[in-house]
Amino acid sequence: MRFLFPTLAAGAAVLLAGCVTPPPTVYTWGSYEELIYAAYLSPQDMPAEKQIELLEKDYQVARSTNHRVPPGWHAHLAALYYQVGRVDQAHQELLTEKAEFPESATFVDRLIANLKKP
Amino acid sequence: MTTRARLAGAWLAAVALLALLGGCETAKPYDYTNFHAHPPRSILVIPPLNESTTLEGTYSYLSTVSRPIAERGYYVFPVAVVDQFFKDNGLPTTGEMNQVPPGKVGEITGADAVMYLDLKQYGSKFVVFNSVTTVEVTAKLIDTRTGTLLWEGRGFAQQSGNGNGSGSLLADLIAAAITQAINKKADTAHNVSRIANATLFLPENTGLPYGPYSPRYDRAH
Repeated sequence: MRFLFPTLAAGAAVLLAGCVTPPPTVYTWGSYEELIYAAYLSPQDMPAEKQIELLEKDYQVARSTNHRVPPGWHAHLAALYYQVGRVDQAHQELLTEKAEFPESATFVDRLIANLKKP
Repeated sequence: MTTRARLAGAWLAAVALLALLGGCETAKPYDYTNFHAHPPRSILVIPPLNESTTLEGTYSYLSTVSRPIAERGYYVFPVAVVDQFFKDNGLPTTGEMNQVPPGKVGEITGADAVMYLDLKQYGSKFVVFNSVTTVEVTAKLIDTRTGTLLWEGRGFAQQSGNGNGSGSLLADLIAAAITQAINKKADTAHNVSRIANATLFLPENTGLPYGPYSPRYDRAH
């Protein structure tokens, strides 16, 4: 959890910058970006299962506060599900990404086609 | 806990000051003619080239760019998934990923625009009792259909390791040691990246214009 804290501080700092008008937060970010960083930095400490668990928690928070998760989020979770062999859930997340953000269609269709390869 | 809270408070004050300094520079307004001629809905971020001496800067920095661009109002392709996709398709290094022409990226992913990033500086320099962390990045946004340069910019932020120098040499020395210990894993430059991104994307005259998912999107353009 420690790695989340500086993010909040940095966010607050940006808000404090007088000349930069803060836009309202469009999405609930949760740990999405910091998990990406942590997974690259020390993959052994951040196995896919753990990332999935944290992202699923974030999703509950987003839903309970009626917020959206950011673009790419569902496709990212799909990739994690795929890594641990939960292919059906991966497929479902990809469909959700496409439904939420039609801009992703071409890429998501390509990823879905890859899921089905043996 | 109190020490940690105090350190955090000091850190917050330091970065706030830096953000103020960094964000308020009056820069020449960017010419958005090309941008408004081809306004993108979706942006694919290519993992950055890294000119710094800090290897982990590449992915540390990459993990900070989705948020500012998405909050600006664009569909941002999932950066880690895209990175893996490139790797699975015969492009193991970011150098090679940056060689893919924007038109090809658009054809494969459906992205309206591609963002190419160059990490010029990333990391900390230790000077006597202090450390200075710098992140500098340049960005270019290219239209995938026409290859036109839609927007470019530079982000820069610097943070001193003990931002609120206490005036006491011993206290500063201890603070510097603690700060380094805390940031051993989540390195300072990672957090400074977010400030650099604010100076890159947010300024009204030079930043990335609001996109269609932002409540501030200007539909007149």
